[in-house]
Amino acid sequence: MLEQLLLTVLMTSVPLIFAATGELVAERSGVLNLGVEGMMLMGAVGAFATAFGTGNLWLAIIVGGLAGALTGGVFALFALGFATNQVATGLALTIFGTGLSGLVGAPLVGHAIDGLPQITIPVLSNLPFVGALLFSLDPMAYLAVALLAGVAWFLKRTRGGLVLRAVGDNHDSAHALGYSVLRVRLLAVLFGGMMAGLGGAYLPLMLTPHWAEGMTAGRGWIALALVVFASWLPWRVLVGALIFGGITIMQLAGQARGWTVPSQFLSMLPYLATIAVLVVISRNREFSLANFPSCLGRVFHAGK
Amino acid sequence: MITLSQRKTIPLRLTLLTPVVAIALTLVIGAVIFATLGYHPGEALYQFFVAPISRPDQVADLFVKACPLIIIASGLVFAYRANVWNIGAEGQMILGAMFGGWVALTFPDLSGWVMMPAMIAMGMLGGFLWAMIPAILKTRFNTNEILVSLMLTYVAALLIDWTVRGPWRDPMSFGFPLSPMYADAALITRVYLPGFGHLGGLHWGVIGALVIAVAAWFVLARTLTGFQVKVMGDAPRAGRFAGFNPSLVTIMVLGISGAAAGLAGMVEVSANMGQLQPEISFGYGFTAIIVAFLARLNPLAVIGAGLIVALAELGGDSAQIALGMPKVVTGVFKGILLFMLLAGETFNRFHVRLKMPVTAVREVSDA
Repeated sequence: MLEQLLLTVLMTSVPLIFAATGELVAERSGVLNLGVEGMMLMGAVGAFATAFGTGNLWLAIIVGGLAGALTGGVFALFALGFATNQVATGLALTIFGTGLSGLVGAPLVGHAIDGLPQITIPVLSNLPFVGALLFSLDPMAYLAVALLAGVAWFLKRTRGGLVLRAVGDNHDSAHALGYSVLRVRLLAVLFGGMMAGLGGAYLPLMLTPHWAEGMTAGRGWIALALVVFASWLPWRVLVGALIFGGITIMQLAGQARGWTVPSQFLSMLPYLATIAVLVVISRNREFSLANFPSCLGRVFHAGK
Repeated sequence: MITLSQRKTIPLRLTLLTPVVAIALTLVIGAVIFATLGYHPGEALYQFFVAPISRPDQVADLFVKACPLIIIASGLVFAYRANVWNIGAEGQMILGAMFGGWVALTFPDLSGWVMMPAMIAMGMLGGFLWAMIPAILKTRFNTNEILVSLMLTYVAALLIDWTVRGPWRDPMSFGFPLSPMYADAALITRVYLPGFGHLGGLHWGVIGALVIAVAAWFVLARTLTGFQVKVMGDAPRAGRFAGFNPSLVTIMVLGISGAAAGLAGMVEVSANMGQLQPEISFGYGFTAIIVAFLARLNPLAVIGAGLIVALAELGGDSAQIALGMPKVVTGVFKGILLFMLLAGETFNRFHVRLKMPVTAVREVSDA
């Protein structure tokens, strides 16, 4: 029973890990992309359509990531190419992605697919308790953690990561040193889009095997809050995602057990918890701003 | 590679031309998307933008649809001018509807002269208080107002859902999640034109919305308050030197935009529904963001922008009925329109050139 519950917590946190890790990379390069929700939905509908049409789940994962990256590319065209206001452009992307995914997905409503298979790691999966929890998950869960680890390594240990952080911290200096600010940011935004797309793809492929309009239900926004919670450090994303997964499952479990609190109040918990966490984190400025990319959200164009 | 170089002055014709070009481009891109998805583009655009306003009473209904958008956007303009990103107008609207509804449902016997002012005041208070949460968290703890105001929208939607299924459900509603009907005094009446009678669903709230937009323009353009808002947005450092209090401006603009959204929620329910329901808004709070930008953050232009965006909303209904398109297609239009408007802003402020990235030499402005 407990194993089952914890397993659902893990699975609920996977889309958040994907999306928040991607957004973290974009934000470390200085780009605030509020379009995560829209990119996730495009990834979700792309993955579902592919899985439904071809039956090939691996292809579905790839298409989900590509759809997210492509949607991120739209953001990049405007926010980077035309130097538009990032907040407003991100909102536009969410509105656009929600609409377009609904339009593309309209014929798919009411159909179901088979979810991803589990990958059981030999020997380890036979361990009591942790075996079921950690070593017999679906492939995307492993992928999420692997990509998170890759991002943590890239940002901290590689030259490319250093350049990316430099661009986010001071784009004028990075430009003066000869780095192409916009190219770095373009790559970061595309990566963020791909990750959001993968996170979105996880919803129809693993959590609920069908497509529904707006099925992300605010997860993109929670991913944005997670980046703040993580104070722009990758591994803290994992902690935050698990906490939010836990809260989501707690309220579902509470509803199932017939807690006397009206279900609406239980459903508010993830959102209220997000606000509470944001307050706790942001009131401690030293902690929350230690790794804050100083140029976050600021427009850059070479010809002043 | 796109290169940008700053213009010294912005020509007036560009300022006026931008929204027109943005709308035209949106239509072209929309047509391409429709064609790609197998709809006849001409037919689709006709259903979207012509069919909904082919009779006078339909034009009146266009104003009815635009009413909440105009009220909310008139308030949002203050926040966005001050660089404060209230994107939770949807939730503030719901709270306004609930506070207004509380008056109507708790004191059904009030006379019209007391009822309506009380409902207006409470509606504004509801939205105001809901907006004070992000305002105080931002000024006290430096918490991001974008995320807080958005999270509160989900909370507000659940809150109204609970009230109409729980404490405020009409015992005579056969189990439907609806509050009792408001008393007559709590309903906003339709406008009676001498000689014409009623024109569509045109109600007094629409007249109120136009007045609010003009009032918002006056405050923003002609008063010290408006000046503070603009300075804090354009030059916060200069504002601080002038002795303006940034926290106070943040609280003020969130309060104004929240109160406006709350009022819109109360008006929407009282004029069009007559009782509280789980869904009272259908995304007006988010759509109003686009209205504010289409109006280039000018409250007077909000009226025209509200009508244009309302047309796209009605067009969504009409395309759904006539062509079987999903309702969300309106979102595609709205998203593209906002993209085009933002890019248009860039074309106003910069010379935009397409170039091969040969060197990173600084552009010399030749404006």
